[in-house]
Amino acid sequence: MRSLALAGFFAVAAFGSAQAADPAPVAISIRDHQFVPAEVTVPAGAKVELQIRNEQATAAEFESNQMRREKVIPPGGTVSVYIGPLNPGRYEFFDDFHPATRGAVVAR
Amino acid sequence: MLATAIIVFREVLEAALIVGIVMAASRGIRGRGGWVGGGVAGGILGAVIVAACAGTIASAAAGMGQEVFNAAVLFAAVGMLGWHNIWMTRHGREMAGAATRLGADVRAGREPLWALSFAVGLAVLREGAEIVLFLYGIAATEDGGIGAMALGGALGLAAGVAAGAGMYLGLVSIPLRHLFAVTSWLVLLLAAGMASQAAAFLLQADLLPALGDALWDTSFLLNEKSLFGRVLHTLVGYTAQPAGIQLVFYLVTLLAIGGLMWLVNRPTALRAGSRASSHPTALQPGE
Repeated sequence: MRSLALAGFFAVAAFGSAQAADPAPVAISIRDHQFVPAEVTVPAGAKVELQIRNEQATAAEFESNQMRREKVIPPGGTVSVYIGPLNPGRYEFFDDFHPATRGAVVAR
Repeated sequence: MLATAIIVFREVLEAALIVGIVMAASRGIRGRGGWVGGGVAGGILGAVIVAACAGTIASAAAGMGQEVFNAAVLFAAVGMLGWHNIWMTRHGREMAGAATRLGADVRAGREPLWALSFAVGLAVLREGAEIVLFLYGIAATEDGGIGAMALGGALGLAAGVAAGAGMYLGLVSIPLRHLFAVTSWLVLLLAAGMASQAAAFLLQADLLPALGDALWDTSFLLNEKSLFGRVLHTLVGYTAQPAGIQLVFYLVTLLAIGGLMWLVNRPTALRAGSRASSHPTALQPGE
């Protein structure tokens, strides 16, 4: 019975998130070990596509602990990472292959 | 160089812990070194190939090839680990009994170790591909590249392997009649954690709904990226801020493998009742 209630809760949660209209993709570049821009603002409560372009000659790995995302970006490549729906707040990300390269998503 | 060592250590750690558990879980089976070693070697070869094809994989499946690939590798490993556990439920009791009575030779060739070999290979492949990409980047760009990279990489590898060896030695210090019960639980939780990780990849690719972006946040208690957090992440799938879908995959895997172990174990327990009573402490998960 409890599992049924749980399933119902998840179904409602899924339905709720699917209803929000998807906002436009947000583009970020990595060049010379810098995220450009280093901070992007996205709407809270919506699923957002980040399009991350690696303009370096070596691979990078977009990673965020708070958003639980990790994705390798080949040199010269662009990848999409879907995030959210996020609660309002600041979510940091970094290049796992070069941890000093940092940026953040601000959801509001 | 130190940064290189730390990053390599992190990637090696997960695979090394899995190898340590697998070695303990297959204790006493003749030829396991070859199977596990073959799995590691195959995984390294696969990692180099995957790294070389990183661009192709990334652009496959409408740009979500990497997530789909990682999830597929994880699900395959979950299948292998689950299969091993179900097999062990049936035979582990006999094996523990036979080993203490007649010596390890009795078990020679009885367990088809390909499942564990595959699971090890897949773990090495996933972590190894990232190491290859990372080290290639260092060698190509940083000053004093190759030498510092090789030293840092070797240090990180050695530390990771030491952690895996520690895991193994800790496990094999458990008396043999309890060992397979402990490794069965470890493998079960390992598989559930992998399924949750696979769900996270499919969520990132927008192929699954989140069902709640973060059900809870325990990062103030234990940061998932701390050393202990990483170890727990590998062993039991610890996630500080899990999405709902991860919890669903975790529980479904736990119940599916655990349920099958229970089903398989039941008739065996009835048939082997008299034999089992001579080893009353050989607990089976699912009992």
